[in-house]
Parts: sequence; structure tokens; C-alpha cells
Amino acid sequence: MSTSPAFLPFLLRIADTNLILSQRLSEWTGHGPFLEEDLALTNIALDILGTSRSIYEYAAKIENKGRSEDDLAFLRNERQFLNPLICELPKGDYAFTIFRQCIVDAFQFHFYNALTISTDETLAGIAAKAVKETTYHLRHTSSWMERFGCGTEESHHRLQNAMNEIWRYTDDLFDMPEGYADLVKTKVAPEMMSVKENVQKELLPIIERSTISIPDPSFMQTGSVKGIHTEHLGYLLAEMQYMQRMYPGSRW
Amino acid sequence: METVSLEANFDAKLTRNEMIEPKDWMPDNYRKHLIRQISQHAHSEIVGMLPEGNWITRAPSLRAKIVLLAKVQDEGGHGLYLYTAAETLQISREELLDQLHTGKAKYSSIFNYPTLTWADIGAVGWLVDGAAIMNQVMLQRTSYGPYARAMVRICKEESFHQRQGYEIMCRLAFGSQEQKEMAQDALNRWWWPSLMMFGPPDANSPNSANAIKWKIKRESNDQLRQRFVNQTVPQAEFLGLSVPDKELKWNDAKGGYDFGTPDWNEFENVIHGNGPCNKERLAARVEAHDKGRWVREAAAVFAAKKKGMDKAA
Repeated sequence: MSTSPAFLPFLLRIADTNLILSQRLSEWTGHGPFLEEDLALTNIALDILGTSRSIYEYAAKIENKGRSEDDLAFLRNERQFLNPLICELPKGDYAFTIFRQCIVDAFQFHFYNALTISTDETLAGIAAKAVKETTYHLRHTSSWMERFGCGTEESHHRLQNAMNEIWRYTDDLFDMPEGYADLVKTKVAPEMMSVKENVQKELLPIIERSTISIPDPSFMQTGSVKGIHTEHLGYLLAEMQYMQRMYPGSRW
Repeated sequence: METVSLEANFDAKLTRNEMIEPKDWMPDNYRKHLIRQISQHAHSEIVGMLPEGNWITRAPSLRAKIVLLAKVQDEGGHGLYLYTAAETLQISREELLDQLHTGKAKYSSIFNYPTLTWADIGAVGWLVDGAAIMNQVMLQRTSYGPYARAMVRICKEESFHQRQGYEIMCRLAFGSQEQKEMAQDALNRWWWPSLMMFGPPDANSPNSANAIKWKIKRESNDQLRQRFVNQTVPQAEFLGLSVPDKELKWNDAKGGYDFGTPDWNEFENVIHGNGPCNKERLAARVEAHDKGRWVREAAAVFAAKKKGMDKAA
């Protein structure tokens, strides 16, 4: 267990990533393009929601201020959430959802992989479970990338649009909170440059197979590690946190 | 074999309580009845995802969110088993969905009621799934093999859902005053529609006679409704909630409750499209299907291209 001040923000960043993305994915539940895909996407939403819960639970323990996992999820505001911007973007069409998910899957796959050798045993354990799940998620979304890219003219066009919209949020994924170097030094957390290299090696062939192109020049939006988000997050939280805010102190 | 002996053979199987399988001969009306019933059941599962899905993004705790998301996913899974069972009767899923989208096929009317508060998620699990189980337990022994086997899996998950619904009700009923009021309000709104789920009274149920003769259905609407009331009233009492029926009274002689008559007028109205959410539910299904068209097309075109490439290689 790390005593670095960066440890709690680091945990919250992982948990928030999963919670916020799961919130977006679950908006599709019951509305998917066909039944099998509805089930598959909901499965991803469930897996990552499970991961977020494990991490919040751990973060609450690390923080040791009497806050519960639910307090961390439902009672922090839009400047306190640390998820990468890409997670909070509205779900868009199915190409947008799949493209965003594929990027995050590739990121998580390599991030968790590196985290399995963390000196923090709790984190290493959570990462070991998550890496197995993410393997399936990535397989699923990368195969849809290829289907869309090489399917019909319309699907190709939609996927390229998704790329054009989303690409500028990809660098932000790799930012880590201030003091992160301490966590790397003590081998609690992985070095992000090498995670980034692996993610690129994973993603570029998928993008190539999908026959879409990376927009150029591509200016990158960042800021999430400082809690500077898009305007979308506030609405997402307003909906997600409504019950906890409306009935303070109630148990469900 | 001549139709007469085929039919005699079919009847004999039913008498021996043997399952009818997809390749067996069956009377045309039996097949039609099953397609209607199984597809109606499948449609109910996927339309049923909507009222509960309505609360996924607002569930009040991480645990509640996970449980609800998994539950709604289960309903989708049930829809999938049931469509597959219906397809063994030589009708395609596309045709079945088309019947739903054009309003030709029905789904359970209960899903045309709105889920207004979080307590409704508890009430739906407790009452609606509870009522569904009464029907479904019987269907595990239904005469058509694929349907019966689908029901075995479905029943296991449904009884789990019912317990989860009741757990939500417990938390509310033993929680704050506001929570308790929320629970009572949900019971008030869901009680009568749940009793209507068993269908019209036996005297008035057009499809029941054949269903019982063919052993598709093994108990009547009124029998199942009575059993549901007997089981549910003590559960409401345990919660300290009152069932919104002034005529409800224990009857020693019959060993069950006497209870009031549901508003069959309302029932007819909802069936004929005038429930509070009929239009929204159908529109949501049609919209999802229409918006998914390009996804399905892309998958089909890609699969065909891939097949072509594999052949060329």
C-alpha cells in the first residue's frame, strides 16, 4: 500500500474511468442494434462497473475518512471526477460507441497488464481479473471496427466520423495525477510511456485493417487529471447522482 | 401416414405426457398457437427491458446498479432463448420482430405502465416477476420441448429476480418515512396490473381451452391468480405495506384469500393500445431496430466479403 499523495487520485482515476464509461454503455441496454449485441455491450458495461466498484471500495479504505464506495461515486462533483474525457462523451451512434470502446479497451488491456505486477497486491489482484475481461472486450470491439470499416459505405463513413470526433481525446487517457512518478518509482503503478507504446502498437493495425485514417493535424484535448472536463460530464452526474442527492443519507 | 393417424399419434403422445419436438408432426393450430404464445413471451422480455432500463442510469448505489443492469441483461437473454425456441416452429426472427413492430403481435400489457420511482423497480421485481413465475413454473412442463427447456433456464433466473425485487422493497419499507411512502405508492400502482397479468377470467378467456387441451398450459388464469394472491399478501404484510383492495379477506373455507375484481375495462384499454406507455414502448423498439439497420447490414456485407476472400484464397 502506497503512502504517496498521488495514490488516491490514481485509484479514483481508474474507478471513475470505469464508472463513467459504464454509465454511457448502459444507455444502450434495451436499445442495441440487435439482441445479441445488446447483450454483449451490456456485458462490457457490467464488467467495468464491477471493476469500478472494487476500486472505489479500495479507495475508500485508503482514504480512511469514513466515506463509502457509494459516497465516492455519488457525492463527488464535476471538478472532483478524474475520468479521462473520452469516457464522458455522449454515446453517439453505434460506430461512435464501438470506436470509443475499442480505444479504451486497448488502453485498459495494456494498462491492467502492466498493473498485474504492481507491488500493491490489492491492485495487482483487481488488474489480473480485469485484464482477462478486457481481452474479450477488445476482441469484440476490434472485430466490429473491422466490420464497420470494411462493411458498407455507410458504416465506413460512420466509423471515420467517429475517429474524427474522438481522436483528439486519446492523449488525455495517458495523463496521470501529479506525483505519479512516486508510484512508478515504488512499482505501485506502471510507467505510462511504455503503456502508451503498447497501446499504439495494438491500435494502429486495428485502425489500418478498418481502412480509416487518423485526422491530421490532430490537436489533443486534455485536462481530466486536473478535473477539467467537457460540458457533458455535469449532465451525466446530475442523472447518475440524482437519488443520492435527493435523499441524503438514505440506504438503498 | 395419413393425417388421421398422425393426429392420433400426436394425441397419444400428449396423453403419455411426452414432449412434442420440432421434427414431430403437429396440428397446424397447435403450431400457430405456440408461435403466438412463445413470440408474445419473447416480445414481453425485450419490451420488459425498457421500463426497468429506465432506472439503470439513476440506480441509487453501485450495488443496485450492477444488480439492475444484470437483471435487464437477463431479460434480453430470455428473449433470445424464446426467439430461438419460436424459430424451431419455422418462423424467422425477422418475421417475429416485424409482427411486434407493426402491432400485429402483442406483449405483456404490464410493460405499458411507467416506472416512476426507484420503488417501482422493487415492485416490478417482486410483483411482476412474481406473477410471471406463477405462469412460467407451469410452462416448464409445457408440451413443446424447446419451449419447456427454455422455461427451465428462465425460471431459475426469474426467481432470483423476484428475490432481488423484494430485497429493494425491504430496504424501502424498513427505511426512512419517505422511502416507506415510496414503497407503498409503488404497491398501490402495481398491484392491480399484476393481477391482470394472468389474463381475463376463465369464463372469458378465448385461447385457454385449446391451450389446456394441448397441455401447453396446465392451469387456468383464475387458479394462477388465486395462488399469486395467496403467496403475495403475507409478503406485503411482512413489509408493513397495505394491499390496495378493500375486499381482500382470508377465507378459511377455501384456504385462500377472497379478493376484489381487477378493472377489466382498464385491462382491455391497455391491451388495445391505450395504456400510459404503449406508444413509447413500441416506438423505442422500432427506433432501436431502425437505427440498428446499418449495423446489421455492415455485419452481413462484411461476412459475405470475408467468405468471398476465404474462397479466393
